[in-house]
Amino acid sequence: MTSQTAQRVQKLCLYLLLVVGAIAFLAPFAWMVSTSLKPLEETMTMPPRWIPKEILWSNYPEAVAEMRYFWRYTANTLFLCFMTVTGTVLSSAIAAYGFSRIEWVGRDKVFLLVLATMMIPFPVVMVPMYTLFKLIGWTGTFKPLWVPSFLAAAFNVFLLRQFFLTLPKDISEAARIDGCSEWQIFWRVILPLAKPALIVVALFQFMATWNDFIGPLIYLSEQQDMTLALGLQAYESKGGGTNWNYLMAASTLIVLPVVGLFFISQRYFIEGIATTGGKG
Amino acid sequence: MTGQEKYNLRMGLLFISPWLCGFILTALYPLVSSLGLSFTDYSVLSKPVFVGTDNYRDLATDELFWQSLWNTFYFAAISIPLNLGLALALAIMLNLNLPGKKYFRTIYFLPSLVPMVCLAVLWQWMLNGRLGLINAMLRPITDVLSAVLEVSISPPNWLVDPAYAKLGLVLAGMWGVGNAVVIFMAGLQDVPRALYDAADLDGCNFWQKTRHVTLPIISPVIYFNGIMGLIGSFQVFAVPYVMTDGGEGPARSLLFAATYIFNKTFRSLSMGYACAISLILFLIILALTLVATKLTKRHIHYEGK
Repeated sequence: MTSQTAQRVQKLCLYLLLVVGAIAFLAPFAWMVSTSLKPLEETMTMPPRWIPKEILWSNYPEAVAEMRYFWRYTANTLFLCFMTVTGTVLSSAIAAYGFSRIEWVGRDKVFLLVLATMMIPFPVVMVPMYTLFKLIGWTGTFKPLWVPSFLAAAFNVFLLRQFFLTLPKDISEAARIDGCSEWQIFWRVILPLAKPALIVVALFQFMATWNDFIGPLIYLSEQQDMTLALGLQAYESKGGGTNWNYLMAASTLIVLPVVGLFFISQRYFIEGIATTGGKG
Repeated sequence: MTGQEKYNLRMGLLFISPWLCGFILTALYPLVSSLGLSFTDYSVLSKPVFVGTDNYRDLATDELFWQSLWNTFYFAAISIPLNLGLALALAIMLNLNLPGKKYFRTIYFLPSLVPMVCLAVLWQWMLNGRLGLINAMLRPITDVLSAVLEVSISPPNWLVDPAYAKLGLVLAGMWGVGNAVVIFMAGLQDVPRALYDAADLDGCNFWQKTRHVTLPIISPVIYFNGIMGLIGSFQVFAVPYVMTDGGEGPARSLLFAATYIFNKTFRSLSMGYACAISLILFLIILALTLVATKLTKRHIHYEGK
């Protein structure tokens, strides 16, 4: 009886801890939205008020106007997202097929190379990549930001290979007996079965492009060519980082699509991230 | 080699060719080129000039370089264990199947979706010494402490104070711990129930079960998250860049290795020098990964191996 009570108390404490933690994790979001709805003077009152005296929705259109090219940035970002998602899904699926569904001499040794390249930090390859793109006249254009995505990034190849390996060999054999070529097996048999994994790769790539900062920072030079992430930084830099209500409104607008995307595709997200660690 | 084997090899190489091109263009070529350039004086505007090991010799006496390395190590040494510990603790608590587990998981995961730039701008505001939320929460505590101890204690001026700037960055980073939490939770799902039942029969309490059942079984996942944290924290760039408006922080406290490489490349156009730094950074990450692998090898338990 007493041990049961002790267990109940223990459970209650844990629950309390989780709730407090959850509040702490949500607080920055609430603070962001709260600030974004305040007049500038009210962001400077202490102690802070969570619910503004007067809710200023107009901060949002004003922040957008202040950033000047907000909609251009959005269009640029969406363009890059579209190109990189297409490129990554296609090229990684093709490469992953070669690493999982065909048995060739030395395949698994070469795959170790794939894993090894995941360890190369970006700053290490930054200078040669930049000078290469400079040499062929691509700096200042979007090309360095999307063309490489058609060259199967290691992480996505790894993710898709893990999934392709779980599909039974028999289905390929059956298709082969029916006279399908390797490409037809890939395109008509394996790809349709791999839809959940492809969605995961597409989601991860979309997020990566939406969030990318250093790529646009080094390759783009014209103000109107910037992406949302870079544009927000440029806007903060220009204003000296003091008009917090506008900055928070702009941040909210950039975070919102990602959060929305997460909520409609939560299942894929969580499963995808779980695979990255679980089977590594 | 039989005809079938030859055919398979050809098809295999054909399919992996997108990756092969990518490997050559975005990994092999840059690494080799970086190594070559590190022995030159190169400004992009003119051809590289061979200078032997001058860049490496200059690095030895370059105070900024050592400062950036120190900052990077300091940041990594604090943020990796804190993030791992927090992620593991959250994952274990979430795995107890309390009601509302799904909602908690979503809440803890959400911040890891926030783009780096937004995270940096938001936490700059959160950590604002005078008006930020963090200090608004700390102030009542420091006020009480001041009254009790009869000395004046006030909350830190985070990003403006060299002693606290990196801690502020660590705090901001811990908000995005959700990714690791989800990976840990997946690992915890794989712990066989039977082991817990056996431990229950032996009269183990929660801590004993965690220590002797959970941790050994998920040690590969801890290792994985640790290495990911290592690679990530040694190339920290975007958040300090945005928080300092492309600067180095108070008393250069936010000058990290990646920041220094960026500055040398795009501000002083010393590309050869930047390559030398980047190779050293790469070697450090590689060495630490190998050391971590060696040190943890005995403690990592691989199921069925």
